[in-house]
Amino acid sequence: MSAKETEIQIGSVKTRDWGKFFRSNGGVLALIVIVLFNIAFTPNFLQMQTLFVNISQVATIAIVAMGMTLVIATGGIDLSVGAIMALAGALAPLIFSSEFGQAYPTLGIIAAIALPLVAAIFCGLFNGLLIANLKVQPIIATLIFFISGRGIAQVLTNGNLQTFSNPSFSYLGTGKILGLPFQGWLALAIAIALYFVVTRTTFGRYILAIGGNERAAELAGGPVKRVKIGVYMICGVLSGLAGLIVVAINSASDAARNGNLMELDAIAAAVVGGALLQGGRAPIFGAILGAVIIQLVKYTLLANGIEDEVALIAKAVIILAAVYIQQARKE
Amino acid sequence: MLDTNAFDLRKYISRNPQSFAVWIALALLILFGLIRYENFGGAYNITSFLNYNSMFIIISVGMCFVIMTGGIDLSVGSVAAFTSVVAAYLSPYGIEVALPGAVLAGVCFGAINAISVVILRIPPFIATLATMLGAKGGALVISGAQTISVDWGSNFTKMGMEKALNILPWSIVVVGFVVIVLWVVLEKTTLGRTVLAIGGGEDASVLMGLNVNRATAFVYLLSGGCAGLAGVILASGFGAGQPLEGIGWELSAIASVVVGGTLLTGGFGSVTATVVGALLLGLVFNILNFENGKGTISFSAYWQMVIRGGFLFAVILFQAKVISGRSESKVQS
Repeated sequence: MSAKETEIQIGSVKTRDWGKFFRSNGGVLALIVIVLFNIAFTPNFLQMQTLFVNISQVATIAIVAMGMTLVIATGGIDLSVGAIMALAGALAPLIFSSEFGQAYPTLGIIAAIALPLVAAIFCGLFNGLLIANLKVQPIIATLIFFISGRGIAQVLTNGNLQTFSNPSFSYLGTGKILGLPFQGWLALAIAIALYFVVTRTTFGRYILAIGGNERAAELAGGPVKRVKIGVYMICGVLSGLAGLIVVAINSASDAARNGNLMELDAIAAAVVGGALLQGGRAPIFGAILGAVIIQLVKYTLLANGIEDEVALIAKAVIILAAVYIQQARKE
Repeated sequence: MLDTNAFDLRKYISRNPQSFAVWIALALLILFGLIRYENFGGAYNITSFLNYNSMFIIISVGMCFVIMTGGIDLSVGSVAAFTSVVAAYLSPYGIEVALPGAVLAGVCFGAINAISVVILRIPPFIATLATMLGAKGGALVISGAQTISVDWGSNFTKMGMEKALNILPWSIVVVGFVVIVLWVVLEKTTLGRTVLAIGGGEDASVLMGLNVNRATAFVYLLSGGCAGLAGVILASGFGAGQPLEGIGWELSAIASVVVGGTLLTGGFGSVTATVVGALLLGLVFNILNFENGKGTISFSAYWQMVIRGGFLFAVILFQAKVISGRSESKVQS
């Protein structure tokens, strides 16, 4: 019944069955269900405050998830994103709180944003070189920073929580444009830029080609190595940016917690958004949709008084379900 | 590898350059430690070293089986944390109940992994990553996010704190026994050979009529059970179930396996070399502790992670160099 209805509503030449429709629009449907649930059950859900809080939280997941989407599109994976966040986040306060940063506040802020991002790019470059040139499996190559990146951040800060008060740096995480969080706009701008890269540039087309069939892309004379290194560098720098935003939101940098388990959120968001783990698809806006869903699930559980620990289990189930559904689509 | 009836050292070295290198490195490190630190060879150090590292040896061996099939198990650390809590709750009934109970709990998580990987066809690292989250959440839920003290009155703490016949800690005796059984399984049984065949080429193994699904399910159940045993040792050795422990254990285990020369692509691996790899990694930290004690260097705990990552990097570089040569010789034989 309902399958026929959708067919008529869509009115397309292609015939669709209900299962296919559900799979290709599952993300949107899930979002609608979560929002309706919240409107019905969560007190004060339809408030500007709720929107603001969720956007400021979701931006970091979305930014990392977009980088992860590009990596996954090549058939790879990046487990080091959380550790890179911690590293970049630990560097920034060290720089603007240093003597140099105190003496030249403007230069200090610029350096405190630029240098951590450069460090993050280098982490990505390291991952990319191992994967593209030494042919190390992506899981293992990125495991190196997954282990040691957070350790380096903790060594740098001696494991201390660095608190600071620096309004101009904090703008990254607390600023507002048109009443909405700055980082939300930033994520949107990055999404538009990456969408353009994926759909309109040769670099973007090669990302998809590598994920579709790496050997074929190589035989066709594509710059496979450079493109692969490129996506890990992009993923690295976006993770670094997300790390800076988290530090700016909290006005404090905690290397032990910044970006902890972010790799899971990012992979989940990318997959929920429609990325295939085998590669070949790079749904950038899907990653944002996925990030919003992950964030809303977290928010819903928290707002309804469900413990953090149970939320972990819920997240595990979402990841498995999303991957399973994507897997079925491929077949 | 299959045709050697008599042990031929030269052949062994030429076929397993890395495994051989690990034995040499282990011997050199022990020698270095014995010469440099007077308490290094003392009973206290050896006992506590073996006690602590028995947990890592057992999860590394479980991980070795998973990696040989070309898979990975990222859930071992959280599963060990979960089972340590289970063991602590069961400790009043004695070790003879707590040990099987906790191992069974670990096997249950292994079963979740096996179902996800074999039946649902979810990639192993995603499936086990989800289990890692689930086990971590589960450990916090059943323990109320508290460490759960064990019952000191029962014989439970014997396992992690006392020695068998006053020679070796019980933990290492049990682990050693399991490791020997697993070595036999890998080297002498169809199941073990199938595990290696899957890593060599899953499609080919299916075409050869090997029971690939059964062997794949087996490695995840085994890895879960090994993590369960590690959880028992953890609870028994520290006198409490620790829901927050186990962070980064999967990485130590992977590192040990890789250091031992098992290829991450699967199809090749050795139980003994994995044990040596785990001992080697443990020894590096043991020696760093001694250096810390001497005051020549001062490493905070945070350096451990950095060094572990550096170690993994070095081994990966080494493997990347030898891997091409080995895959060629594999084709020839």
